[in-house]
Amino acid sequence: MTDVTRAEVCAAAISDNFRGDGEILVSCFGNVPSVGARLAKLTHAPDLLMTDGIASLVDGVQPVSGKRSAPVYEAWMPFRSVFDLLWSGRRHVVMMASQIDQYGNQNFSAVGSQAKPAAQLIGMRGSPGNTISHPTSYWVPNHSKQNFVARVDVVCGIGYDRAAKLSPRQRRFHEIRRVISNLGVFDFATPDRRMRLASLHPGVSVDDVVKNTGFELTIASDVPTTRLPSAGELALIREQIDPEGFANKEVR
Amino acid sequence: MDKRTTLAAAVAELRDGMTIGIGGWGSRRKPMAVVREILRSPVKDLTLMTYGGPDVGLLCKAGKVKRLVSGFVSLDSIPLDPHFRAARQAGAVEFRELDEGMFQWGLYAAAIRLPFLPTRAGLGSSALEINPELKLVRSPYDDAEELIAMPALELDVAFIHMNRADANGNGQYLGPDIYFDDVMCGAAKRRFMTCERIVETKELLAGGAIQTLRINRMMVDGVIETPGGAHFTECPPDYGRDEAFQRDYTASAKDEESWQRFKAEWLDVSEAEYQAKVRARRTAQ
Repeated sequence: MTDVTRAEVCAAAISDNFRGDGEILVSCFGNVPSVGARLAKLTHAPDLLMTDGIASLVDGVQPVSGKRSAPVYEAWMPFRSVFDLLWSGRRHVVMMASQIDQYGNQNFSAVGSQAKPAAQLIGMRGSPGNTISHPTSYWVPNHSKQNFVARVDVVCGIGYDRAAKLSPRQRRFHEIRRVISNLGVFDFATPDRRMRLASLHPGVSVDDVVKNTGFELTIASDVPTTRLPSAGELALIREQIDPEGFANKEVR
Repeated sequence: MDKRTTLAAAVAELRDGMTIGIGGWGSRRKPMAVVREILRSPVKDLTLMTYGGPDVGLLCKAGKVKRLVSGFVSLDSIPLDPHFRAARQAGAVEFRELDEGMFQWGLYAAAIRLPFLPTRAGLGSSALEINPELKLVRSPYDDAEELIAMPALELDVAFIHMNRADANGNGQYLGPDIYFDDVMCGAAKRRFMTCERIVETKELLAGGAIQTLRINRMMVDGVIETPGGAHFTECPPDYGRDEAFQRDYTASAKDEESWQRFKAEWLDVSEAEYQAKVRARRTAQ
């Protein structure tokens, strides 16, 4: 299957990232994670809950863009309920990161000093609470030294070094599961919880990753290749989840 | 008691240096008529607490804000507000950034008259460095966990916008989410509610179920009928976001000339003129 796109590989990797999550709320930022979560729900994770992006939980799976049928709502989920829910832990969020470092600290608040930023971004939003309350993963569609940095300027989502300084009780719900970029899949399965290259997307070399990363990654001598989506998964993505190729607009 | 008042009277209560809360969320059901009225007033050095949208950008651009307390500023369909960004990048506005749940907790603590509420959210993050006054509190129970003692965020004045209200200050939201408007009112000494339409109390339930009557008259000191008062943010089911207008708003950050043009057309006018121009623009489109 040579016509599989990079975005489709990433979507399958994000789908795999929800394995074993059970009946929890999934919140996704970015096109590819939105496709990946839907793919998970239609294949191995039917119990996942998803919102309409406004204030309701939607039954079944709606396409990420284009023509949608009238949604079937299964519950009301205003922001206040989301806040309660995320502190309860029954959630896995896939956020984006303007900067992420080797321990998984994330920033989308400001570049430069917080007092007088070189670039003011959106603000820390719910990142501190998310990362200390429930599993968090990140999606970076444009892996480069600008976003895979040695040190983030503002710690919004907390990484493993910051968590290590907390008490075991304070950090017991902290888990940065994976970072998925357009180049590969990364995890923190190392003794000191530094970021590890878990798999390379087909067509990407170790060198491509290294030269686009602003810190030293843990890299095994034999790095696996991220799996290709199955024929069944591709049919779901192309026909049901993302017929307009929304994900392909985010990653080349 | 009839609490109907005017935008001018409500905003005349503001003093330099006050802490004000603005309801809504991002570019959703914001009391924008109030924001426009503040822009017409001489008040300055405000501490602004809000789930930030174009209220923040406009008030920062006009030099009204000394300090922002919030978790984010976003226009939703446009992720970042360029006027807020410019103010921050010029070092003109202090941003007391909090996790958005911590922010809710601070307002809620104020609303229920507690000095603080404990939370795990924020531990390990830069929120503790950006807000050095934050302290930890140890659970007195066997777990002995240390948590952030999120202090009460007390507001001098809160402004919210509802779909419907009666003259006594009972308010009704008809959209999908009240956001934290009720908590904002709870945290404030003075509370003003603008609304799309004032109706008789007995007519309120014609618009929606009893659960939509979330603001009661104990929570409100003044009611102002401002049709289109949330424009250009969304106020469903009465109207959606005016995306074309929001694009013009962001484009006005391009340079000083663009801003002056936008300001002359949309801000240096009365609320009645503003609404008339919005209607004319819609007809023209």
